[in-house]
Amino acid sequence: MNWETVIGLEIHAQLATRSKIFSGASTAFGAEPNTQACAVDLGLPGVLPVLNEEAVNMAIKFALAIDAEIGRESVFARKNYFYPDLPKGYQISQFELPIVGRGQVSISLGEGDSRVIGVTRAHLEEDAGKSLHDQFADMTGIDLNRAGTPLLEIVSEPDMRSAKEAVAYARKIHALVQYLGICDGNMQEGSFRCDANVSVRPAGQQELGTRTELKNINSFRFLERAINHEVRRQIEILEDGGRIVQETRLYDAERDETRSMRSKEEANDYRYFPDPDLLPVRIDDARIERIRATLPELPEQKRQRYISELGLSEYNAELLSASREIAAYFEAALAEAEALSVPLANWILGEVTGALNKADLGFDACPVPPARLAGLLRRIDDDTISGKIAKEVFEAMWNGEGDADAIIEARGLRQISDSGELEAMIDAAIAEHPAQVEQFRAGKEKVLGFFVGQIMKQTRGKANPGQVNALLREKLKG
Amino acid sequence: MQTLTQIRDGLAAGDFSSVEITRDLLDRIAATDGALNAYITVTEAQALQQAEAADRDRAAGNAGPLNGLPLAIKDIFCTDGVRTSCASRMLDNFIAPYDATVIARLRDAGSVMLGKTNMDEFAMGSSNESSHYGPARNPWDRDRVPGGSSGGSAVAVAAGMAPAALGTDTGGSIRQPAAFCGITGLKPTYGRVSRYGMIAYASSLDQGGPMARSAEDCALLLQGIAGFDERDSTSIDREVPDYGARLDDGIDGLRIGLPKQYFAAGLDDGVARVIDAAIDEYRRLGAEVIEVDLPNSGIAIPAYYVVAMAECSSNLSRFDGVRFGHRCDDPKDLEDLYKRSRAEGFGDEVKRRILIGTYALSAGYYDAYYLKAQKLRRLISNDFQSAFERVDLIAGPTTPTPAFPLGDNRDDPVAMYLQDIYTISVNLAGLPAISLPAGFSDGLPVGLQLIGNYFDEARLLNAAHRFQQATDWHLRQPEVTA
Repeated sequence: MNWETVIGLEIHAQLATRSKIFSGASTAFGAEPNTQACAVDLGLPGVLPVLNEEAVNMAIKFALAIDAEIGRESVFARKNYFYPDLPKGYQISQFELPIVGRGQVSISLGEGDSRVIGVTRAHLEEDAGKSLHDQFADMTGIDLNRAGTPLLEIVSEPDMRSAKEAVAYARKIHALVQYLGICDGNMQEGSFRCDANVSVRPAGQQELGTRTELKNINSFRFLERAINHEVRRQIEILEDGGRIVQETRLYDAERDETRSMRSKEEANDYRYFPDPDLLPVRIDDARIERIRATLPELPEQKRQRYISELGLSEYNAELLSASREIAAYFEAALAEAEALSVPLANWILGEVTGALNKADLGFDACPVPPARLAGLLRRIDDDTISGKIAKEVFEAMWNGEGDADAIIEARGLRQISDSGELEAMIDAAIAEHPAQVEQFRAGKEKVLGFFVGQIMKQTRGKANPGQVNALLREKLKG
Repeated sequence: MQTLTQIRDGLAAGDFSSVEITRDLLDRIAATDGALNAYITVTEAQALQQAEAADRDRAAGNAGPLNGLPLAIKDIFCTDGVRTSCASRMLDNFIAPYDATVIARLRDAGSVMLGKTNMDEFAMGSSNESSHYGPARNPWDRDRVPGGSSGGSAVAVAAGMAPAALGTDTGGSIRQPAAFCGITGLKPTYGRVSRYGMIAYASSLDQGGPMARSAEDCALLLQGIAGFDERDSTSIDREVPDYGARLDDGIDGLRIGLPKQYFAAGLDDGVARVIDAAIDEYRRLGAEVIEVDLPNSGIAIPAYYVVAMAECSSNLSRFDGVRFGHRCDDPKDLEDLYKRSRAEGFGDEVKRRILIGTYALSAGYYDAYYLKAQKLRRLISNDFQSAFERVDLIAGPTTPTPAFPLGDNRDDPVAMYLQDIYTISVNLAGLPAISLPAGFSDGLPVGLQLIGNYFDEARLLNAAHRFQQATDWHLRQPEVTA
């Protein structure tokens, strides 16, 4: 049987506010346990929450970026359940009236193939603390530093049909929240978390299959693997005549498998009701417009501009707008070499990306600053060096030997474009290799490369290849 | 026995020091509270230190508005460094590392805290009998309840163990014990007084307020605690008037509404006679008395108990034995820790309300109970707003009967809940109301309740004060012997 996969994602993005969503405690990551939890975060008797308006502003930014409805009156509700790292015995979240309503994002699947994925809603809520199970024998430690950190939970429609689409969507949201400056996107530290709802159904069937929810996924690679694993597991069960149990499953990256955490049958009744300690959040047009004015250029807008104004290919435009860091790098370099958008794009996506990947670095930590890359490309453009020599110069820049001009000078890499000098070398080469000259004249074009190689060897690559080619052709014809 | 205003004036005139008056009160507590059980914790050493500091401040010309005034505090307000038990075994060991906003304001104004007063456990009750520390007793008849939940505060004031006290009122918890003990108690407009640091029972109904010997004293204490607090999102940012300024204004032409529903079946005859006489007194003072209709009064009790219990079921979830409060011995796992800590830490009435509230919020029942109750709440508010188009204040009995004997309603929670029939619609609507002594029935005090429109505390205090200028019910005191 042919099976169709249906995926929806719930993404928790920690908002990059300085203080928590309902208290003045700091949100910085990595402090000693329980040093960043005030009386409100600890849920001590008598304390009350006060909403951090900056979290609301960030949610509005997100709504504007995905063209979503903004809840003009949204309500915080209590989600009641007992857990040791949930200090109040309830989580303040939003239920019936979220701050962000329906929106959508478009994802690109390569080769001009793109799809629109619906966002059902996004709501504000507080994060819980952490239970530390491995630090004390026979006991669980509770660290409440994270308790009260603002989260935007972004819920998608079940619009994705493959793990690849789910990853493309997650990456898109990841890029967006970073572009907007509302989340640092750090998946290792848990600032950006994905849960996936996965089901399968016979191709052509309208009704959705029973879904499972996959949790504990902390990278895009694991997201893809977890979904693929889960899809295989579900299909195997169904093909063996079994049925899928609606449940939450944890992804184990080490074993590359998912395993049951809790089934929905024993799940909590969360007894949601409006939190009487907080007033409804009312958002007026003026506030929305004020925030709209602060929005940066978003990936989609950049992508289009790169194509229409800078003449980049769709593929390159997509890649260069995919993250805030790479776009910032590209634009900073472009500011130093305005006419060189296309070679810059090629270099950034080729040489620079390759080197960064090898060193496991991001664009924000690139040892070659964008201005230096631009300087290098200017020297290719004005024929000071060849593209091949440029790679050597880039490597030297990467190793901190200064800017392109200094390296070219120090290493004597300046291209030989003096036609007199080149002509003398060519004449000598022709005189030395009469057999090859004959072959060329007999129509064996490939021999041209032999002569180019000779000249390049002599000049240690510094000859202007175009010029060498032209002169050789002229002289070989005789 | 001096009123709060008299003590203020005496301190200002230098007739006595705060240390002297504080020591007198501490002596009286030591002598009489063994029998009355008004206090859970007496903070003798701290009180004397605060009194000394107040006297020094006064000598230095830095006397705050409540300088040197000794007060009793309901044990529901968090007090930095002093146990805040909520009269529960659950919090018998709890010492908050912070002051409630009102406590900080009272301290900054120069007042002296005598101690923390008894109450129904987590403010759930109308008799003080659900206290983990045993009931406070009514000083007019020790075999009777003082009312609740702020029973200890009412007893402390009535028996001369404090000139004034802080209470809280969720469904009548200031007004009903004030009525039973023959004192004056004001429940302010919801949002007038900060709830920060006041341990929540039902967040949308709870409000702290003053309990004292007179309306004038209530005005003085309210002045010290009222006002916006940025730490309480439900407190309202609105200017606080001078509550003392209008006390003596004439009330000629004041329109007082009598809801016919408050004088129907269930009202004790003795109470009815006292209230009728009090209304006549208002007529003599020039008020115009008009009958008003509050047609939805009958649904107030069920609406209240659904809302209050639903909210409390969630508010009390934080008492889980994990971070503070009672934890059972040797839990075998997490579930055991939760179950036994809560089973041991909470009393029966608290458990009953958590269970009912949990049920009311459950999937499938939410619409029928909580949502419906919230709709009824709006109807009740609308009734009051219609009435306030015709009258300035609404008057009636605070309670259907005078103080009942200890143990009377112990096995019948519904009968106990009916005690609140005249007081709870006020909380549901978020209005201010005051209970003032209006006379006696069979030797027991009877309270008159005046209800005002939003933020009309000054008018309530004015009307109550004028009544107290014309009568002496509020000056009557029980004979208290050790």
